[in-house]
Amino acid sequence: MLEVEEQDKFGDHLFASGHTACPGCGQSLAARLVLRAAGRNVIVVNSTGCLEVFSSKYPESAWEVPWLHSLFENTAAVAAGIEAALKINGQLDKVRVIAQGGDGSTADIGLGAISGMFERGHDVLYICYDNEAYMNTGIQRSGLTPYYARTTTSPPGRVSMGNWRPKKDVPQIAVAHEIPYVATASVGYHLDLDRKIRRALSIRGPKYMQIHVPCPLGWGSDPAHTIDIARLAVNTGLYPLYEVEEGETKVQKIPRKVPVEEYLKLQTRFRHLFGKNGGKKELEEIQRIADRNIEKYGLIGK
Amino acid sequence: MKITLGTVTHPGGSRVNKTGSWRTAGKPHFLHQRCIACDLCALSCPEGCIFGTGQKTYYANEDYCKGCGICANVCPVEDIEMVSEEDEHG
Ligand SMILES: Cc1ncc(C[n+]2csc(CCOP(=O)(O)OP(=O)(O)O)c2C)c(N)n1
Ligand SMILES: [Mg+2]
Repeated sequence: MLEVEEQDKFGDHLFASGHTACPGCGQSLAARLVLRAAGRNVIVVNSTGCLEVFSSKYPESAWEVPWLHSLFENTAAVAAGIEAALKINGQLDKVRVIAQGGDGSTADIGLGAISGMFERGHDVLYICYDNEAYMNTGIQRSGLTPYYARTTTSPPGRVSMGNWRPKKDVPQIAVAHEIPYVATASVGYHLDLDRKIRRALSIRGPKYMQIHVPCPLGWGSDPAHTIDIARLAVNTGLYPLYEVEEGETKVQKIPRKVPVEEYLKLQTRFRHLFGKNGGKKELEEIQRIADRNIEKYGLIGK
Repeated sequence: MKITLGTVTHPGGSRVNKTGSWRTAGKPHFLHQRCIACDLCALSCPEGCIFGTGQKTYYANEDYCKGCGICANVCPVEDIEMVSEEDEHG
């Protein structure tokens, strides 16, 4: 076994081992892949949430780059302030600013600050790690929780089949701000993720990226299946991968349509849809969402 | 230790946490038979504790491996298997 110092020769570990994420955590993997693509010359601002907590157990840090914990709601505002300070000091050409947070932080409480950052045109890449609920506080529903998922605040039972509101389309909200770059990505497709991070950081101005990251604990999935599940979300059409640059949309095609059941049945958060008390109507509805995405983004074909 | 407002810590200081002690369901055993050095195991490891420099050189640092099993699952040539902690060959 090599010593820690020797391992570092292999290079790309700007997000160190010893962090305290659950086994199989998609978000911890995505964070490491993001930094691998971004390199050392970054300042990262992180909102409150799992990533912040499992990477900064007092008095330690898993980060090998300058990293600040903001609040739950103001990550984009703090990053915007850092960018403004770098700009006035003439240092913005030397370092890139990344703001990052979970789906709750992004789609719900921090959305206003993000919109403001986009509107003012700050040169910041905002990254949302989308695990589809407030995981750090115990799996509460967020604006990015998909239809019919069980969370602790959307429990299925006699009067409910789980989350009854649609997943908020934050990437398209970002597009509506006419910022230069918006992309969705998945921890299941690391090459695509790597390319999009590099592309985003090569562009000046506000950028938005949303990365789908399975959460074994919150989704009730096997930690060993984190990558498979992330890929299934893409290949069912439920998580379309695309990028919008200067208003033009490019998509990552899927080879063939996979029925949504293949994805849903691997997660206990959807188990109630497969029970004897129905779920057929809800499954059809989820399939329709996937079909609509396939249609809308042209995910199949050349 | 003096506690001030906010905290500044050592980069990568998390390495003092030997999260390998968390393993409950086995650890990866790298067979080194069919490895094609695609690097997918290392790139898919949430702990960043898999290393290799070429074919049949990959290994997991067991000080940090939490035994999630992703590496064995993504290996395209089935050259990694999960074995029980007691297995001396593991
Ligand atoms: C203003 C405020 N409200 C509530 C909280 C409690 N809180 C901490 S993390 C969190 C949920 C984070 O969810 P998300 O942003 O999706 O990140 P995840 O933990 O899922 O990665 C909440 C509600 C807080 N820290 N600050
Ligand atoms: Mg979340």
